[in-house]
Amino acid sequence: MNFVGRQAFRGPGLTFCRLLVARYSSKTGSKEYIDGLVKGKPVVVFMKGTPDQPRCGFSNAVVQILRFHGVENFDSVNVLEDEDVRQGIKEYTEWPTIPQIFMNGEFLGGCDIMMDMHKNGELIEELKKAGIRSALLEKAENKD
Amino acid sequence: MGVPKEELEKKLRSELDPAHLEVDDQSDGCGAKYQVLIVSQKFDGVKPTIKRHRMVHGAIEEEMKSIHAIQLKTMTPEEWEKLKPS
Repeated sequence: MNFVGRQAFRGPGLTFCRLLVARYSSKTGSKEYIDGLVKGKPVVVFMKGTPDQPRCGFSNAVVQILRFHGVENFDSVNVLEDEDVRQGIKEYTEWPTIPQIFMNGEFLGGCDIMMDMHKNGELIEELKKAGIRSALLEKAENKD
Repeated sequence: MGVPKEELEKKLRSELDPAHLEVDDQSDGCGAKYQVLIVSQKFDGVKPTIKRHRMVHGAIEEEMKSIHAIQLKTMTPEEWEKLKPS
């Protein structure tokens, strides 16, 4: 009760439902289940640990890049808590490593690609497509 | 767990025909965590970066099962010339 209860107060109802599904469905690694996690969401990160307590340097790097752009409230899935999702996501994207980042329901890549896109400015564009205005743009405007 | 560095290099060379290749084992020789720079003509015209990374993952599909983490830099010879430390 504790864990689900806390989530229910924190997030919108949908998250609560998903958690229930996660608890009572055995197929959290299925395409349908992962579709449900990523579709219609601006940003979803499959990572090791949580944004506040990442359990891997690469997962941490992705969280820090997002925060740098002012993106604090994104969905995250801790693959260490669910072996089925951990394998399922690799099959879903045909990508062998964690973390994995989705924007607007589309797979963007892993940590290296996120870092590249951050450096070359593409991340600002991707965020815009997902309806998020990067905090870096605000900073740039304040300078002018 | 882990793939010997030589094995990984050999596979990358045969599959991607790199003009320049740097493979760095960052797991104290355990072969579990790698940093790899691949400069290959085969990346020419392949955009975005995710497609190049998929090419590399494909080339070392078997090895990836035993590798925990791999950091990739993928460039064409032309891109490499611009960045190369002179």
